[in-house]
Parts: sequence; structure tokens; C-alpha cells
Amino acid sequence: MSTMTAAPRATANRILTAWTDAVRMRYVLRRFGRLLFSLWVLVTAAFLMIHLIPGDPVRGALGPTAPAALVEARRESLGLNDPLLVQYLNYLQDLLSGDLGTSMISGLPVSQVIAQRLPATLSLALLAFAVTVVLSVPLGVAFGVLTRNGRARRAELGFTSVSSVLGTIPEFLFGVALVYLFGVQWQLLPVAGRGGPESYILPVLCLAIGPAALLARILRVEMVAVLTADFVRTARAKRMPSAIIYLRHALPNALTAALTIGGMLLGGMIAGTVLVESVFAWPGLGSTIVQSILTKDYPQAQAIVLVYGTTVLVVTMAVDLILAALDPRSAIGNS
Amino acid sequence: MTISPPTESIPVDRARDTSSRASRWLVVLRTPTGLTAGILLFGLLVLSVAAPALWTDQANQVNTDAILQPPSDGHLVGTDNLGRDLFFRVLVATGLSVQLALLATAVAVVAGLILGAAPFLVGPRFGRVLTSAVNIGIAFPGLLLALFFAVIFGIGATGAVLAIGAAGAPAFARLILTLVAGVTERDYVSAARIAGVGRVRILIRHILPNIGEPLVVNATIGAGGALLGFASLSFLGLGVQSPDYDWGQLLGTGLNSIYTNPAAAIAPGVAVIIAGLAFNMFGESIAMGIGAPTIGTAGRRLLARGRVRPETAAPVDQGRIDAVLEVVDLSVTFPGPRGAIQPVRNVSLSIGRAESVGVVGESGSGKSLTALAIARLIEEPGQVDATRLRFQGTDLLSGTETEHRQLLGTSLAVVFQDPMTSFNPTLRMGRQLAEVAEQHQRMSRSQALARAIDRLRAVRIPEPERRAKQYPHEFSGGMRQRAMIGLGLMGSPSLIVADEPTTALDPTVQQQVLELLAEIRRVDEVAILLISHDVSVVSQLCDRVLVMYAGQIVEDLPVSELARGARHPYTRALIAAVPTMHTDLETPLSTIPGRPVDPSDIPPGCPYAARCPLASELCRTQAPPLETDAAGRRVACWRADEVVVR
Repeated sequence: MSTMTAAPRATANRILTAWTDAVRMRYVLRRFGRLLFSLWVLVTAAFLMIHLIPGDPVRGALGPTAPAALVEARRESLGLNDPLLVQYLNYLQDLLSGDLGTSMISGLPVSQVIAQRLPATLSLALLAFAVTVVLSVPLGVAFGVLTRNGRARRAELGFTSVSSVLGTIPEFLFGVALVYLFGVQWQLLPVAGRGGPESYILPVLCLAIGPAALLARILRVEMVAVLTADFVRTARAKRMPSAIIYLRHALPNALTAALTIGGMLLGGMIAGTVLVESVFAWPGLGSTIVQSILTKDYPQAQAIVLVYGTTVLVVTMAVDLILAALDPRSAIGNS
Repeated sequence: MTISPPTESIPVDRARDTSSRASRWLVVLRTPTGLTAGILLFGLLVLSVAAPALWTDQANQVNTDAILQPPSDGHLVGTDNLGRDLFFRVLVATGLSVQLALLATAVAVVAGLILGAAPFLVGPRFGRVLTSAVNIGIAFPGLLLALFFAVIFGIGATGAVLAIGAAGAPAFARLILTLVAGVTERDYVSAARIAGVGRVRILIRHILPNIGEPLVVNATIGAGGALLGFASLSFLGLGVQSPDYDWGQLLGTGLNSIYTNPAAAIAPGVAVIIAGLAFNMFGESIAMGIGAPTIGTAGRRLLARGRVRPETAAPVDQGRIDAVLEVVDLSVTFPGPRGAIQPVRNVSLSIGRAESVGVVGESGSGKSLTALAIARLIEEPGQVDATRLRFQGTDLLSGTETEHRQLLGTSLAVVFQDPMTSFNPTLRMGRQLAEVAEQHQRMSRSQALARAIDRLRAVRIPEPERRAKQYPHEFSGGMRQRAMIGLGLMGSPSLIVADEPTTALDPTVQQQVLELLAEIRRVDEVAILLISHDVSVVSQLCDRVLVMYAGQIVEDLPVSELARGARHPYTRALIAAVPTMHTDLETPLSTIPGRPVDPSDIPPGCPYAARCPLASELCRTQAPPLETDAAGRRVACWRADEVVVR
């Protein structure tokens, strides 16, 4: 029977594979489309930000004692006297040519400030994300295995309570605790500024603890669920060693769900650097934006918000695409 | 991390039963977490009102003789740069901190309500725009949104309330969108719409009361997030401005003097954590208490690795020398809420080389658990006991799991019921087969893959080289079940345990799978233990049938005698329930009256007595033994000999 039907069936299968590839490609394109749309919303919101400020932002920035002529001149140079639509189009055009505006305080191009400070912030966030994964995956897997099938109730309760408490505490409070312990009590590590590798330890830890606790907690729940799946029973029926069952069969299935949250966590970490930089006097973008808001340097604040937002959007999309590549079902499931 | 995303609980139409709602909230207070959180939250709220009223004077008293002092008896937490007592300042700051957090939450909830309910009011087109705006807002971290709005609203307490409220709004809007969508599908809302009630009225009268409860719960959790977020903004200097002070502001100034007086930073930090957790924990425990029932012991799966406990060696007949499998007095026990239950009791069976034995019975008769116990796939807390459990002459009761891994991995194949879920979705098919040979036959990766492709061909999977590179979801159900059988053939099995292998398949595919099993049995001399609820499937493939009821074997007979030679009334009832070509379509199909026995409540006497038309007083009081006759047939029935053979 097979000789008769083999040829058309092979064709059908090839068509099926091509179709699957097309679906995957369409998913990637759609995801890019969504990114572009979100970016447009972000840019528009950043543009409108200055116009939503109650009162005259230039007057606010220069103070009530500044002469009216100066305010007017500054308004003119910022283009604030043009019609809104013209301003919007100019803003878009400037962005496309890489011009993020000029600081009202220092008079420097904001893109220069950002280029100088962004690496410090990004390195902090990416390192913290790596540490988060390195800490949470073994913990989540170990506790998932330990508490599977309703075993070790106390371990489960302890793990869940500790991890949820750690997950709620904001970064800057860890920062204060770490500064106190490692800087004041034991005087082991530097607590301010960006220097050698050891200066990264505390800021990175302080960004990573909360997300690591959250991710480990989610991963444990996922592991417990995956370990009851039929295919894990199949792996047991194949008499695979426990290590292979947990790491090769269960973990990748548990990670898919955890990674979805991972994108959110990385986004949160990028924002969290604002606080951590403030605690550890880290010369990154976070301390700059706080400074800009305090000094009412609106063009600079606007540009940094834009950079943060773009980073978050790109990172989230990267995680989505990685997921689609890792889990052969996700792209098709999403379409 | 400003306002944590609200957890979505399912709205139930509970607008009118206030009494039961109150009692459900009270139940939450009886759990240790709920009670702790409740007390903490109550204390916090009392303190936030009482502390500013009682201690504002102490907190503001300037003492230039005692500036920046470390903790002492007079000043428990030390003093600040104006010599003000920090202990009282932390206490008094409770008022402003809690107040601002609640205000910000209120802003978030109101803004969320407007955004979330608007699509219902303005119709689907504009609603979709709003919904996607909300979704984009959620993609950004709360702190980033708060900074965005802080630029607009300016620094200071008012600006920060608006900023944190606005930052929390998308998350609440998302929650409300979901809740409203859930409620609008209810019958009473549709009825009101048909009756011509206006949308605003429906929203206020029918929808809002029904989403109130989850909203309040999430607002409580959100207040915890707002409190932490507010502390963050004040700490950065963007929130509360001097001379006012909240915890975040105290923390920010305390950090500057952390080398001289660490307590100045630690005390407000601890206060923030406790307060944030009080809101959070209380909200979470209420959500848990009113939400879906927690996963109890009932839904848990009882699978995988088993522990086999030998009983004291009882005298056992030597059994058949050529038996592939010998089982004597096998029982499976699970702990239950009302004591241990035994879904499989004293099952004895043996299977010879290339013999095919079927096990039939209703759901819950213990047939699948028997198969899992034999394959040693029962996992804790399940427990397997037997006087004898030998596979290919090896005693599986002694020794560890690792010792038997090689033997079971190569000689005992298992085929499960649902081929859709029994393969790992993240591994390629070829890999899933090949790893068996790598593990147990020490083959290299490429050798093992070649073997896997060969086995896929053996179970008639077309283009096995290409198929081996595919993932399970690219296989059809019947093809997956054949691949599962191919997986069992990676070694050289002497026994295939097949647990309902055709139940999840289409009838035509069922037939192919049965034929494949029959062919493997004939060609490779493999014994088969086939579990099925379907008598016709068993009679097609098997030599012998074991009938199970309430965890016990009640009859054991050759398939050829099934139609006319069955002596147990239950077996006869099972056969009568199978429609054949000769079944009279005018009369209703025969069913077995009554329900199967609950394994947690096994009656004395014959377990089938309650459903048996022939049951006598003896049947109800004394359990019949499983008697073996001269031909090797077994039956457990007091009235077996009275059953007339047609």
C-alpha cells in the first residue's frame, strides 16, 4: 500500500512543512509590526509629554525670575511656538536623523549624554538578568522536584513564602540592606560608583534578588505541573535516569512559561536601574533622568524616557522571538 | 515596580449574597497567613491615623544639641540633622505614607475603571483602540510609567500621587476589561440589553456590583504596590518634599548618613517592607480564599516510580517456568483523606512467552493501576505490595530501581492511552526514540538515531528519516501511537504493556494499531498485556481475558469462551453490553445497572452483589474466593456453577 501513496504523501508533507515555515515567518513579521506600532505610540507619547505639562515648561525650567525675553527666545529655539503638527513632524524628523534634542541645563546634545551613560545602565541590567537566570533556574528546578506530587509540604510552604516576600521588596531596599551589610558592617565591597568588577557585585545582586525569587517561584510551579505530564511518565517508562528526566524532558517545557515572564522581568530590571543607580551612585542613565526631572530639564528627560521605553520594547520582542524559536509550537499556537 | 499587576480572579454572580461574601472573607482570616496579614493591616491603619495625632510634636521637635546621633535610650533610632527624633518621625510618617498610597490606588482604580469600562459604553470599534492602548501601557514597567508621569505632573506629593496612580491605571484597566467581558456574557446582562436597558444603566446596575469583589481584592494588593512605589519616588527625591516626610523621604536622607547611623535608613526601610507586605499578603490571601478551590489531593496524578515492598515470604507455587511475567497477590495502596484506599487488591496473574492477555473492566476497576504497578510506574505516595513480582525470572521486589533500569528499559515496553500527550513536545521524534538506545544499549548518537529510524520504519511510518526530524505536533494521532510502539521496540522487548492503546484513536486507525501489535507479537514473539474497557478490542488481540471488578480479578478465561463460557454475572453483563452485527437495533442497548464500587468504601461480601441479579444473602456477607478449575480458568462467584451455559 505504501508504494502507491508514498509520492503524493511526500508532496503533502513538503507542503505542510512549507506552510509551517510560512506561519513562523508571518509570526515574526507580525511581531515586528507590533513593535513598530508600539514604538510609534511611545514616540508620540514622549512628544506629547512636554505639551501636557501644566503651564509653560520653559518658564518652569528657567524659574519665575528669568526675564521674559529669555523665556521667549528659548521657546523659539525649542520650536515651541510652531503649530503642534509642525512640531510633531519636526520631532519625528529629528529622531530619524538621530537628534534627541538638547539639554536645557547643560546645552549639550542629549544623544551625547545618552551614548556616554547608556552602557553603564545596560551592563547593569543585562548582568543582573544573567544572575537572575543562574540563581532561579537551579532553585526552581530543585524545589519543583522536591515538592512534586505534593511531597515535602513544609519545604513548599517555606520556599513559597520566602520567595514571595523577596519578590515584593523593591530594589532600593535591598540596596540599603546590602550597603549596610557589605559596606558599613563588614566593609567588604565598594558601595558607590562604577569601577572594577567588584563594584558591580552589589548593584547587580540588588537588581537580581527580587526577580530571581519571582522566577524561581514560577519555575517551581511549572516544574511541578510538567512533572505530572504524560510525556514525563513516558520518560520514566523508558527508564531514563532522573537527571535526564528533570533536565532534558521537564525543564525545557517548564522554561517556556517562565521565559514569558522573563521578558517582563528584564523590562522591569531596566526600569529598576533608576533606583539602584541612585543608591550606589552609579553613573548611568537612571541617575541622569532623576536629575533631569528634578532640574526640569524636559528635553533630556523626554529623550531618556524614550530610550528606556525603546529598550524595554526591543527586549520584550527579543524574548518573544527566542520563545518562538525554542518552542516549536508557540509561533503556530499564536497565529 | 510600582503597582504590581493585579491577579485576575474569576467573577461569579455574587452581587446579592452579601452574607455568604462576609463569611467567605471571615474564613480567610482563619488561615494563619490571612490572620497575620489582617492583624498587620489593621495595626497599620490604626497607626496611620493615631501616630500623627499623638506624636507630631515629638517628631518635629528640633534639638540642635543632639544632631545626627546614633540610637540611644532617649532616641531609639537616633536623630536627624536637626536633632529630631527619628523613631517618632518613622511612626508619624505612617500617616502620610499610607494616605498617599491609598490616594494613588484610588486614582489608579478610577482611571482603570474609566479606561476598562469605556469599550463597553462606546462600542467595539473605539473600544478596540482603547484596549490596544491599554495593552501597550502594560508592556512598560510601572516605574518607567511613573517617571513619565512625574515629568508631566511635576515633583512633589500631588504629582507623585497622580504619577503612581496613572502608572497603575493600565494594569487595572486590563483587569476591568477582562472582568467586564466576563460579566457581559451572562444571561441576565443579555436579558437586560434585549429589554432595552441603557448601557450606562447596565454598567452601574448589573456589571459593577458583580466585578466589585475582585476589584477590591486587587486594589488591596495594588495599594501595597503603590506604597512601595511611593517610597521609591520619595527616595529618589521626586515624591514628598521637605518639610513633609514619608518613609521614602526618611530613607533617602537616612542613606546619606548610613556610616554614622545605619538605623536612620534601616528603620524606615523595615517600615516600608512591613506595610507593603501587609497590604499584599492580605489581598493575596483574600484572593486565594474567594478564588478557585486550591489544588487538593483529589486532582493529583498518581504516576511513575514505584516502591515495591516485599511481604514476608509466603509459600508460593513455582509458577510456569517459561513465564515472562509472574505476579502473585499484587496490591496498590494510596493514602486517602479518610484512610488508605486500595484500588488494586490481591491480583495474581502470569503471562507466558508470546502470550497475549487482556484485562477488561469498567473505569475505576483498577486495571490501569495494575498495569502501571507491573511496569513499576506507580509513584509515591502510591505503594505497591506483592508476594511475588518476577519479570523474565528477575525478582523486581528486591534491589533498587537503578539495578532494574537496564532490564526494564530494554525488555519491557509500555504504550499509553493518549498519544497526543505522551511525547515530549520540545524534542524531535527521532531523539525521543534514540535516547533509549543511547541510555540502555550504549549506542553512539548516530547509531541510536539510525536505530530509531529503523524502528519508525518497522511500525510503518512513511519517510522515517524525515519524520525523525519532526516534532510530535507534526504527527497525526495514529502515527504517534505507532511511534510509541516503535519506541517500545527500541530494545528487544519480551513484554508490551499497553494501557488502552486505541481508546483515543479513530476506529480505522484503531484497527491499524491492533494489527501492528498482533504482527509484532507474531514475528518477534513478544507477550502483550492489553488493558482495555472494550471487550471487542481484547477479543481481537488476546488469547486470554482477565475481568477486573473493584480492584480484583473476578474471572480469568480464554477469549474463545468469552461469548458462551463466561461464568461470572459481571463478565456476562459486560459482553451483553457490546453491540454486534446481530444486535437488535429496535431494543435499547444493554447497560449494567448501578454504579461501580467506590474504592474508599468497599462493601463486605462480593463487591458486585449490589448490582448482580443473582445475588443471594451469602453473596452480600461473604466474599467469594477466586477458584481455579481443572482447565486453568478462574472465577470468583458463589453462583458461578448455577449460571446456565446457553
